Amino acid sequence: MFSYIVRRLIATVPVMAIVAAVVFSLLYFAPGDPAAIIAGDMATAEDIARIHHQLGLDEPFLLRFGHWIWGVLHGDLGISIFTGLPVLQLIGQRVEPTVALTLTTLIVSVSLAIPMGVLAAWRVGTWIDRTVMGIAVLGFSVPSFVLAYILILVFSVALDWLPVQGYTSFTAGFWPFAQHLILPSAALGLIYAALIARITRASMLDVLSQDYIRTAHAKGLSSQNVLIGHALKNAAVPIVTIIGIGIALLIGGVIVTETVFAIPGIGRLTVDAISRRDYPTIQGVTLLLSAAYVIVNLLVDLSYTVLDPRVRF
Amino acid sequence: MTAAPIGFEAERAAPRERGAVRDLLRRHPTVAIGIAILALMLLMAVFAPYLGTVDPQALSPVRRLRFPSWVYWFGTDSLGRDVYSRVVYGARISLWVGFCVALFSTSIGLVIGLVAGFSRPVDAIVMRIMDGLMSIPPVLLAIALMALTRASTTNVIISITVPQIPQVTRLVRGVVLTLREQPFVEAAVAVGTGFFKTLRRHILPNTVAPLLVQGTYICASAMITEAILSFIGAGTPPNVPSWGNIMAEGRSLFQVAYYIVLFPAVFLSVTVLAVNLVGDGLRDALDPRLARRM
Repeated sequence: MFSYIVRRLIATVPVMAIVAAVVFSLLYFAPGDPAAIIAGDMATAEDIARIHHQLGLDEPFLLRFGHWIWGVLHGDLGISIFTGLPVLQLIGQRVEPTVALTLTTLIVSVSLAIPMGVLAAWRVGTWIDRTVMGIAVLGFSVPSFVLAYILILVFSVALDWLPVQGYTSFTAGFWPFAQHLILPSAALGLIYAALIARITRASMLDVLSQDYIRTAHAKGLSSQNVLIGHALKNAAVPIVTIIGIGIALLIGGVIVTETVFAIPGIGRLTVDAISRRDYPTIQGVTLLLSAAYVIVNLLVDLSYTVLDPRVRF
Repeated sequence: MTAAPIGFEAERAAPRERGAVRDLLRRHPTVAIGIAILALMLLMAVFAPYLGTVDPQALSPVRRLRFPSWVYWFGTDSLGRDVYSRVVYGARISLWVGFCVALFSTSIGLVIGLVAGFSRPVDAIVMRIMDGLMSIPPVLLAIALMALTRASTTNVIISITVPQIPQVTRLVRGVVLTLREQPFVEAAVAVGTGFFKTLRRHILPNTVAPLLVQGTYICASAMITEAILSFIGAGTPPNVPSWGNIMAEGRSLFQVAYYIVLFPAVFLSVTVLAVNLVGDGLRDALDPRLARRM
């Protein structure tokens, strides 16, 4: 198992290197000259050339990439062109709402979707199965920001139960914090839950057709015991895999959801950076979110060794 | 095989295929519903100027923010533009982007996947690059690519296509690697069938079904991504009405004029639902093994 973990960790390095190369290329090929922007409107050609030299913008691609990677490894994601602040600091200021929203969505979606998928597989072909699958198809078809507006219209504008927009830190108390996350989490989580429910059902159907499940029933175990103890345990690997892969949907969705609900998180930072063409910030956010995605999937891969003792590779 | 039997096969294939399509629609009525909705949306996009619309860009400050009525079916926006006309014209962008992204990503992914599947040295390099690209969440990569370029429909199509290529490549490569080991391919190679003929006769036909299913899902996902990009201001230019940017314009006025967001949202969701219904039906029909599981 140890060698598998080491090999899996080593395999992450080239993947992250390619992610870094792609992200660096984004800034390298970005239109406009950052030196000219930093120098301001009154700058002379000499001023711009000096800043070019200071920032190393006159160096060849590989050298610049090397310097940039070195900086990234030391926690330096560059300076935001618009605010003049380090990108890492900007991200640090915005990380709490995004982590809160993503984690809440993740926990709620997983805890709802897995029982739904199990139930649909257990009662395959019945109205329960059809309802769950119907919700799943809808989940794939209604974009998160569309659902967000429908939820706002019903629960905030018409019923006045929940706030329309904004975010309150958990330091201000649990209810104000939770109140602001209910609608964004529901909007963001539907597609993710749909994906998990669908794969849970598929994986459970596969397992439920196995001989040992029939044996478990034959020896008189309760349905609950068979479903949870035997079937779900063996169906776990594809489910955990999709929970990891589906994080990409959450990351994409969080950008839009934060915009709709005016949540001051990393998604909002990204949208602001795009409108201001703040390339270092766009680059930093893309790199960090991609790294988070890679790490989550690495953890998922490592969890296989616990979930399925046959996985030793 | 000589040319005559091939011609004979082709003659017989037409009615058989028609029968297969009829069978598919009978067994999966949701596919028929999906196709019908898509056909309606397509007709709406093509005949937009003849469907009681006005110029979707025509400004009229005196008729700002009118609620939906018999005169303004979907109301008017903050600049007095007719939301119905904008939504009808907006169908053109969504359908065009969905179709182009599905076509380009499957075509490019097919070529790269075929090369990777047949050449070990290329495979080693290409698949590492694809792994790297797949590690960047697709919407994020599309946003980052759009940030580099100016807003245009072509750039939106390119930005959404690039993140989709790796998964098609992986799919095609997987099919090729499996087929290469199959006895019928080994037999074709053993009797001296040329490389391109083996590719055309034995490999390519087997990639059609999975690519068709994958292409449909890519189309649905591309429509949503286009709307996301336009919604956050990184998509189609503001002078081109798309469902995403109509919603973006209605965003700040949502509490007083929710209909500006609601109508394009409904059209987008229904269209994506239709594409997904067709995709699910095709998957059920073309891949019964997967269909049983899903």
